[in-house]
Amino acid sequence: MLTLVLPKLVSFEGAGRRSASVAERNVTALGSAYWLVMLGGFLEPVLYLFSIGIGVGQLIGDIGLPGGATVSYAEFVAPAMLAASAMSGALSETTFNFFGKMKYMRLYEGMLATPVRPIEIALGELAWAMIRGSIYSAAFLVIMVAMDLTTPGRALSAFPATVLVGFAFGALGMMTSTLIRSWQDFDLIGSAQFALFLFSGTFVPATAYPAALRWLVEVTPLYRSVDLIRGITTGTVGWVQALDVVYLLVLLAVGLAVAGRRMERMLCK
Amino acid sequence: MNSPLIQARGLIKRFGDFTAVDGIDVDVRAGEAFGFLGPNGAGKSSTMRMIGCVSPPSEGELRILGMDPRRDGPRIRARLGVCPQLDNLDTELTVRENLTTYARFFGIPRKVARARAAELLEFVQLSERADSKVDPLSGGMKRRLTIARALVNEPDLVLLDEPTTGLDPQARHLVWERLFRLKQQGVTLVLTTHYMDEAEQLCDRLVVMDGGRIVAEGSPRELIERYSTREVVELRFTTDEQGTYAEKLAGMADRIEVLPDRVLMYVADGDDALAEVHRRSLSPSSALVRRSSLEDVFLHLTGRTLVD
Repeated sequence: MLTLVLPKLVSFEGAGRRSASVAERNVTALGSAYWLVMLGGFLEPVLYLFSIGIGVGQLIGDIGLPGGATVSYAEFVAPAMLAASAMSGALSETTFNFFGKMKYMRLYEGMLATPVRPIEIALGELAWAMIRGSIYSAAFLVIMVAMDLTTPGRALSAFPATVLVGFAFGALGMMTSTLIRSWQDFDLIGSAQFALFLFSGTFVPATAYPAALRWLVEVTPLYRSVDLIRGITTGTVGWVQALDVVYLLVLLAVGLAVAGRRMERMLCK
Repeated sequence: MNSPLIQARGLIKRFGDFTAVDGIDVDVRAGEAFGFLGPNGAGKSSTMRMIGCVSPPSEGELRILGMDPRRDGPRIRARLGVCPQLDNLDTELTVRENLTTYARFFGIPRKVARARAAELLEFVQLSERADSKVDPLSGGMKRRLTIARALVNEPDLVLLDEPTTGLDPQARHLVWERLFRLKQQGVTLVLTTHYMDEAEQLCDRLVVMDGGRIVAEGSPRELIERYSTREVVELRFTTDEQGTYAEKLAGMADRIEVLPDRVLMYVADGDDALAEVHRRSLSPSSALVRRSSLEDVFLHLTGRTLVD
């Protein structure tokens, strides 16, 4: 898929292998502390699902989808938590960790003295972020099936969608990391991420907002992700979901291209 | 076969308005140890980064291993070993993993990488620290690990940017000894340094850079012969005014240099010159006759002003 989106950037022979070696480095660097961080990242959406999806859901009852179908509130919230966890998994790896490696560990400087090129570092880091995000997603989908919030078949088809969501947010995070200057800016990213989490049709349907605000919500990447995954897990896929897929693919391509270009400019002066 | 490994013509590197490298011509042949010597800010590191294909030249021609760094960067870098000025080892990995992981960036199979890591750790005397993390290592150990890392792909050309800066004398000698062994194995070395003894020990040929330009070129011996005399007499006088002696010593040496604490006489025969000094009863409080060194050449060419 990536070779289709970015034929020019990855046409060099061995690029895939070199990107894989960058991801491999991260596997080697895994320490015991990392598993705790990963566990935290996994638990967060699960806690939201239980507290709000189930807890608050009992006060709300059923909720109507744009297509006309009616689902329980937990069924409504669960796919949104899934999309949000794919987002946060990808972002934590491509913002904080990526920025640290680039600016402070001088890790990429060492890599660039080898045949590895900036865009291949970006691809390798993104692939790595995806592995982490995908583990979150798969675990969450298992919980959803166990709680009867979706069917096993729908869960299986939702999985690749979560991978796409992760890829898109990973590329976005990486692009942002190459544009920001200091650690302080991460507070902004954190706030933006939380705002997305609250208002992207996650807990409340976007139709509940006034027209102008609704329009704003519907162009955000997390809204498109939630829309895509919710369509799949509730079995209400329509043409809008095709639009979601295109949106996320464009985000992925632009994010990756900008990140690769910026890294080249910063590291290959 | 005998075409140079590195060929630069009119090579220029600019950063905005600042010209770091100002039109240099360089040829490095296979098997030689070539040095870039110069004060801080002379353009040595910028030149090294261009040769390492991580910094595109602003102007001029550059060919590395017969290829164009602008087009063939990855292919050239596959055959280079780079030891940067500041260690950029991977602090999240162990000593051994630093080598095996780096080998993977070159596409070296895991099994070969492990064997080569073991061999190289032996070579730089770090086998006992193989499973330690990088942070607790001493400066000299980190440097040796960085050098080992630069050799993991069995490079044709090794670039060393100030390989011993900041190391204590023991550590420096150990690094020199290992580099000398590499040279004997036929590896082409290119290094930058501002240590004259390092250049004299390691380099077959060198260029002296100052302000982005090459100001002299040759073997250490040739440079000493061309820009200095065979011997130097260092005189100290009890009075504060070393300067007043310059006149009195005039005509007794090829060149006289007055430093705040001593006077240097550049002469062919130091003992003769010193005898003449005593004969004129100029009685210095201390006198030293020594062979001329690269340091004399360097200071003569780049001046004695402090450059940061």
